[in-house]
Amino acid sequence: MILNLLFGPDPALLGTPPMSESPFSLLPAASANAQELDNVYIFVTVLCAISFVLLIGAQIYFMVKYKKPANGHNKTSPITHNGKLEFWWSFIPAILLVVCFAWGEVLYLDMVAPPADAINIRVTGQKWQWTVEYPDKAGAVLTDEIIVPVGTPVRITLTSLDVIHSFYIPAFRQKKDAVPGRYTTMWFTAIKEGEYPLLCTEYCGDNHSMMIGKAWAVSPEEFTKRLEEAARLEQKVDEGETLADFGRRVFERGGCESCHTITGEAKTGPSLKGKYGATETLADGSTLTIDDNYIRESVLEPNAKIVQGFVPQMPSFAGRFDDKQIAALIEYIKTLK
Amino acid sequence: MSQKPAHTDSHAEEPNFYRAKSGLMSWLFTVDHKRLGVMYLASVLLFFLVAGILAIAVRTELFTPAQDFVSASTYNQLFTLHGAIMVFLFIIPATPAALGNILLPLMLGAKDVAFPRLNLLSFWVYSVAAVMLLCTLLLGGLDTGWTFYTPYSVQTGTAATLAALGVFVAGFSSILTGVNFVVTVHKMRAPGQTWDRLPLFVWAIYATAVIQILATPVLAITVLLIAMERFLGIGIFDPAMGGDPVLFQHFFWFYSHPAVYIMILPGFGIISELITVHSRKHIFGYKAIALSSVAIAIISFIVWGHHLFVSGQSELAGIVFSFLTFAVAVPTAIKVFSWVATLYKGSIVYNTPMWYALMFLWTFTVGGLTGVYLAVISVDIHLHDTYFVVAHFHYVMMGGLVVSFIGGLFHWWPKITGRMYHEGLGKLSALLVFIGFNITFGTQFFLGHQGMPRRYFAYLPEYQTMHQVSTVGSWILAVGLITAAFALARALSKSAPLAGRNPWEAISLEWQTASPPIEHNFHDTPHVTTSPYDFPEIDKSGAHH
Repeated sequence: MILNLLFGPDPALLGTPPMSESPFSLLPAASANAQELDNVYIFVTVLCAISFVLLIGAQIYFMVKYKKPANGHNKTSPITHNGKLEFWWSFIPAILLVVCFAWGEVLYLDMVAPPADAINIRVTGQKWQWTVEYPDKAGAVLTDEIIVPVGTPVRITLTSLDVIHSFYIPAFRQKKDAVPGRYTTMWFTAIKEGEYPLLCTEYCGDNHSMMIGKAWAVSPEEFTKRLEEAARLEQKVDEGETLADFGRRVFERGGCESCHTITGEAKTGPSLKGKYGATETLADGSTLTIDDNYIRESVLEPNAKIVQGFVPQMPSFAGRFDDKQIAALIEYIKTLK
Repeated sequence: MSQKPAHTDSHAEEPNFYRAKSGLMSWLFTVDHKRLGVMYLASVLLFFLVAGILAIAVRTELFTPAQDFVSASTYNQLFTLHGAIMVFLFIIPATPAALGNILLPLMLGAKDVAFPRLNLLSFWVYSVAAVMLLCTLLLGGLDTGWTFYTPYSVQTGTAATLAALGVFVAGFSSILTGVNFVVTVHKMRAPGQTWDRLPLFVWAIYATAVIQILATPVLAITVLLIAMERFLGIGIFDPAMGGDPVLFQHFFWFYSHPAVYIMILPGFGIISELITVHSRKHIFGYKAIALSSVAIAIISFIVWGHHLFVSGQSELAGIVFSFLTFAVAVPTAIKVFSWVATLYKGSIVYNTPMWYALMFLWTFTVGGLTGVYLAVISVDIHLHDTYFVVAHFHYVMMGGLVVSFIGGLFHWWPKITGRMYHEGLGKLSALLVFIGFNITFGTQFFLGHQGMPRRYFAYLPEYQTMHQVSTVGSWILAVGLITAAFALARALSKSAPLAGRNPWEAISLEWQTASPPIEHNFHDTPHVTTSPYDFPEIDKSGAHH
């Protein structure tokens, strides 16, 4: 019960991606550097716990022992300093701190230098989604989802389209800012298959809290399979599937849902329900009827015509969606009655 | 409010500084450091209340994983204004400008600060800054976080410019007060008050003033660059115009890291006074405590890069900043050891100020030790921008500065108001604050270690239990603070017992004049012949040495 209070409820009882199968920790060590980092963490914790107990122990002992008696003050000690004691209590912490620094630094050097055989993944942050691209697999683009193979080092190159985001996978103990106008890198080797949360840790506006994705660590075979599936999903209409069905997959894969609902409820952007053919009032007061061209323009140049009551926040999807995918999206939006 | 000093003297009928002049103008244009201090005190306590209410709203939203109590943009404004008001309008001016103004000249045996008119200007500049920051609410609110990170702050609504200018103006108030205090300490000390006979509160205020003078201009420059970028379109921080957003973080933290020590050093000063007076002991390691304040002031200028460990700054820079950050831990540890050693063979009086001082040793030690985790660069990669950081800086800021500030208020309240508060209420407030504070922020270390990011209004359900414990803690903390406010407010009534000039039998000069002091502080210039910690209870026979 106490442990439950400290560490939260059993993730298995909750409907979200579990971070760990252990009831005592939400935080599995799922990458090669995570175990080593946890060792440093435990070392620092033990050191701090000992220091705390010694210091606060001394304080409480003095508090009890040297309490003022009821019948007036005791004579107190005239001691004002003690050079030897002061030297040692400066010197010993200094040495311990240097040990903490050195261990942390050795691990850090390892955590920032990717090996030559690492596979490359490009991640682009934008309000409020992550686009994950695999340069080695044409067409493999994921949204709010990163798939990595277990046992192979992965090097991630990050950037952002708008403001600073931060790419954080707690299970891998890795984090790096995605900065607009420059590239940053991070790397890790996943060692444990599973599905882990992917979080944005640099405040980026209204839906910062919703910029949550999933990181999958899978076997190398599964990795190849999932990438092929991802490439296929993005590229063409499957057999026996209508264009609108393909459009729905583009909508889901593209992360459109993070801002546009299909239920009629407005989020960061307007809901798409019943919008095709409807008349909409724009921010400048003019009105227009939503047609194919308006949808196409809103995908490629989203801030050209903003609907009243919303702010220009949507990034352009030019280069992300091709003509066929946009056509499919339009067909899908038509079906949202 | 009648005044009856414990020791009657020939000038006993002279009115205290509240009664020396009357009328609104006598307050608004006063050059009396005590009246300015009282006005600062009223202002900072008002802003503490406002920012505290915002904090409770934030914690209440976090009671459930979903967004329910306030909207996303309201939540973002709540935590932004909570941080900005707490930092710029409460914590930075609280101890130096409010308590410092009232106490510094009294502790030095001086009639006033060196430049009384500059002091008045400083207060008015502060008031203008406060109005500017509050006006951001009317302009649609501020949602950048108190750190104003670019390019978000450049792209969001107009209120960010006004808020940044407000911070710019507040900075001037800070610089003017700093200059005034440095000159005052150098030039206005009473005869015989050598540097090693200064109360440690004065040393702390002095070190703070030096940082205020040296660091604040960098903040002003940064804000001017932002204004140039917004109004003249010169690309400095915004990558869309060819600027570098990380450069802003360097500028911002070059000021704001030393600012952390602007906030905490005065708290150290208060603790040195409280622990000595209420344990009837000479401070242990006077020189070490005084000089470690100066060491912290210097090192604080070269550790800012630890805020950029995951920003993509060079790895070498990261390692150097990590090392320098460890360096600041040593003088800080020396201080805590010296305070605990001061209790040794003392005669400890358990009154309200002492309860807060003893609480500080606990909370600040937790804050300091958890700083070690964040200084270890690889561990920081995991903990950066999580609730671990939130917990750490609240243990330092609230557990360090706010706890010592409240302790200081209880300690000097009899001097400021001339009356005693109800001891039982004071102790009850200390107990509630201690329990509430540790539940609120202690839990957040676990949350952060489990990966909970900062500034989320909605979160994964795994974190719910810990968030709820933290929220309940914040309510207990709020009740504790309201109890403290009630205890202090009740002491303002005419039925509260008179304090007399020296209820704690302290040695330092502020206790050697009437409570509240007369307008010119002292009838005759005091002469200092001993250390401020040379209490009569100290056994001078040599048997124990």
